[in-house]
Amino acid sequence: MRNTGERIVQNALMLVAFSALASLLLIAVFIFKEGLPFLLRTGLRDFLLSSDWRPQEGHFGIYPMIVSSLWVTFGAMLVGAPLGIACAIFLNEFVPKSVMRVTKPTIELLAGIPSVVYGFIGVIVVAPLIRSHLGGPGLSVLCAAVILGIMILPTVISISVDAIGSVPNSYREGALALGATRWQSVHMVVLKAARSGIVAGVILGMGRAIGETMAVIMVAGNSVKIPHSALDSVRTLTANIALEMGYATGQHRQALFATGIVLFVFIMILNSLAMAAMKKSVK
Amino acid sequence: MTAAVDIAELDLFYGAFHALKRVNLAIEPRKITALIGPSGCGKSTLLRVLNRMNDLIPGCRIAGTVRLEGRDIYAPNVDVCALRKKVGMVFQRPNPFPLSIRDNVTFGLRVAGLSDSQALDAMAEKSLKAAWLWEQVRDKLDSLATALPLDQQQRLCVARLLAVEPEVILMDEPCSALDPISTAKIEELMLALCEHYTIVIVTHNMQQAARISDSSAYMLLGEMVEFGETPQVFENPKDKRTEDYITGRFG
Repeated sequence: MRNTGERIVQNALMLVAFSALASLLLIAVFIFKEGLPFLLRTGLRDFLLSSDWRPQEGHFGIYPMIVSSLWVTFGAMLVGAPLGIACAIFLNEFVPKSVMRVTKPTIELLAGIPSVVYGFIGVIVVAPLIRSHLGGPGLSVLCAAVILGIMILPTVISISVDAIGSVPNSYREGALALGATRWQSVHMVVLKAARSGIVAGVILGMGRAIGETMAVIMVAGNSVKIPHSALDSVRTLTANIALEMGYATGQHRQALFATGIVLFVFIMILNSLAMAAMKKSVK
Repeated sequence: MTAAVDIAELDLFYGAFHALKRVNLAIEPRKITALIGPSGCGKSTLLRVLNRMNDLIPGCRIAGTVRLEGRDIYAPNVDVCALRKKVGMVFQRPNPFPLSIRDNVTFGLRVAGLSDSQALDAMAEKSLKAAWLWEQVRDKLDSLATALPLDQQQRLCVARLLAVEPEVILMDEPCSALDPISTAKIEELMLALCEHYTIVIVTHNMQQAARISDSSAYMLLGEMVEFGETPQVFENPKDKRTEDYITGRFG
């Protein structure tokens, strides 16, 4: 009797676990099924490297969106990575553990704020600031980079904090005992030991930034063009899909799925890089 | 001869815990002094008083004086970093940094601001030779130090100290992670080093203390029970508690 119960629970759990995995797999299959024929027909080259995006006339070149996505992501890293790493160092090395116990969960709470709220703040606060102080339309690469840079902070900080926290204390003691100052022991030993974990955190943050959609649509301006400065309005890959999916049909719809494939590949590459870095740090 | 390190009426507290009680100790220069006693008796704490590593522990307070060559190392204007260069420390578990062997040995010098790579290399060679490690690592100075065998890691930690030219070397159970052959090598190295350096070693190993030290201090529950020349302490202890410990009736 008890055995039967055990078995039912076990199988039920397995079913649930596999359904999660299966839905992931199905999503991937679906995207590829819808987008791949289009990709093959148009040719990778024309799709990725042409700047001509006029769906009504049958021109599908996503080069401007790729460039914009990379710009925005790179900008977000410039904002988020130094801030996040500095914050992780500070929390680990320069404040009492009790402060860390309060601060870290608070920062992780940032991850729970809906992205539309970040976008809202971008539109209301950051964009006008940029418009009045630096010129341009305000909704721009810079605005998106600042907002995304803040959005990825929880990811970068919590993974970096864990990486730095797992550096054995004996390294710090050894450095201090050789006459190093606190900061010398941190940047000459601790950061080197935690390097791969920190890199993993930054890469995962990058994955979040490149995949973020709502906030970017709200603050990046969305014009399809290759940006010439950080103050230009741009449209990212994610924004392109979200903005046009509602009314796209036929080839246009397939082109958006193909855009999804490109995004999928980008994020897969970033995640495997992060995993490789993490593995290295465990060793 | 004047003492290299002179500890007078030292009390140390971790919060409310009285870890060292009115400790007096005069450590002679260019000798090996062993601190022995059961676990938790305060010998490692006492060792860490000498390079102020206890400063890192929140809630640690001391009273009394500790003089290094006549100067109070707990005076308010003391540069702790400079002190730690003069009083180096080898830890219980070898703790080379996850850097190259070269960067490990030159760490203390680079921390002090030296950046001339030729001078650094020369000092690295000299220190590795002094720690009897040069022959083993001369061809792989750029490989990772943490990949070395444990006893070589520990000698690297010694070399790393020697590079900053300390006066006193503190060793906190330096052989407890090593096998007997490696232990013998470290002991031999210590005997060679004490020609130039004052060495203070904490050890759990009675035979080790008897073999290598010139003087021994027996501590119990934070008190300095007995301090004297090693043969006297081991063969003819004055205090009953020392005798019990050494003969194995306690501890």
